Amino acid sequence: MQITVSQYVHAATDINVVAPLGRIDQSSAEDFLSALNPMLAQLGPDAPPLVLDFSAVDYIASVGLRALMVAARQAKASGGGIGIAALQPMVREVFSIARFDLVIPCFDSVESAARELCA
Amino acid sequence: MKIKFWGTRGSLPVAATAGEVRNKIIAALTAAQGRQFADAAAIEAFTDQMPFAVQGSYGGNTACVELTGNAQSGELEHVICDLGSGLRPLGQGKMAEFGPGKPQTYHFFVSHLHWDHLMGLPFFVPIYIPGNRIVMHGCHPNLEAAIRLQMSAPCFPVEFDQIGAKVEFDLLEPGREYTIAGFKVRAKLQLHAGDSYGYRFEQAGKSVVYSTDSEHKLDNRVEQNAFIDFFRGADLVIFDTMYSLADAITVKADWGHSSNIIAVELCQEAGVRSLAMFHHEPIHDDAKLASLYDETRRFEEITRDGRAPLRIISSYDGLTLDL
Repeated sequence: MQITVSQYVHAATDINVVAPLGRIDQSSAEDFLSALNPMLAQLGPDAPPLVLDFSAVDYIASVGLRALMVAARQAKASGGGIGIAALQPMVREVFSIARFDLVIPCFDSVESAARELCA
Repeated sequence: MKIKFWGTRGSLPVAATAGEVRNKIIAALTAAQGRQFADAAAIEAFTDQMPFAVQGSYGGNTACVELTGNAQSGELEHVICDLGSGLRPLGQGKMAEFGPGKPQTYHFFVSHLHWDHLMGLPFFVPIYIPGNRIVMHGCHPNLEAAIRLQMSAPCFPVEFDQIGAKVEFDLLEPGREYTIAGFKVRAKLQLHAGDSYGYRFEQAGKSVVYSTDSEHKLDNRVEQNAFIDFFRGADLVIFDTMYSLADAITVKADWGHSSNIIAVELCQEAGVRSLAMFHHEPIHDDAKLASLYDETRRFEEITRDGRAPLRIISSYDGLTLDL
């Protein structure tokens, strides 16, 4: 799957923003988690948070949600912050039905994710 | 083939509280405000169009599902999955229908030996009737020991050896196909503490899978594929949807249960026609279960992706399905 990584500057802090494209399902979930791993390894109590920009994700299967659970667990263990931004309406519905909005914080935009996670 | 759900609750029998019944009455009277009903039929028609969580209830008996085939032999044989507390009303129904003077054969398929799946047997009246035949089919080598244990002091006042019916135990081998009471039956090992087994029943071109108390690990694709094969093309899959996906893979991981999300995904991949949500969480009231049902239907709709629709059913005590 195609994943782009960029930096968003909030309060003079460079925040890693990971933006996957398309579907996170059986064929792509492992690649997605592998792509996250280097940035998850950088997280810590004094490190900037990681924002996942889901604006270009149009489908996520349970195996993709599991990848997010693993990422959230790793972030928590390191004392770092992680959040998801800009969910498409249908993906947001899946999050709600799966109760995944209780597993990983969701925000309306990358900007609001950066603001809240840095607060 | 006909399927009757006698018990659909997970883990522990429950009953609606006085407060829940009161809320149903308030909702019904509020909906009826200002209406006039000409007769009892008009009241019944009004009741029937109310939401299920108001005019009915999912019930609170633990797992017990009856299969009635179309092509059984002339002998009176009954096929029942699990012996949860729903077995008590099933037994009362059989006694009312057949009485004590007409010997029956009851075939039980036991998913596993946890108490909520066995607790109905001491209250199943036909076991006390001489002439009846009870056959316990299962894959646990200690099935007989577990059945005997709950009918022994100090668990229960009637000892297993005091029952009047003839009881036989039939140890099945997972993966092997058997013909029992007119059904082709195959068992599959499932992930649950102490192991559980799902059963696939086929008869006259129809197929039903009973798969409860089964956890599905999302990082085990081999096992997921094995379940997809087990469910393949079934007319009905009865599936443990006790938890949300988030709970099932985080705080309740390794508790041996599954979710509505995984149920829908596996059934979609297997080309199943109908999915029955089963083993309802005992802390959920009727309103919550109705809400989960709506969400599951919506999830199926938004993930259908060009496939034939998967019919979603939320099973309740007393529900009968014709396949």
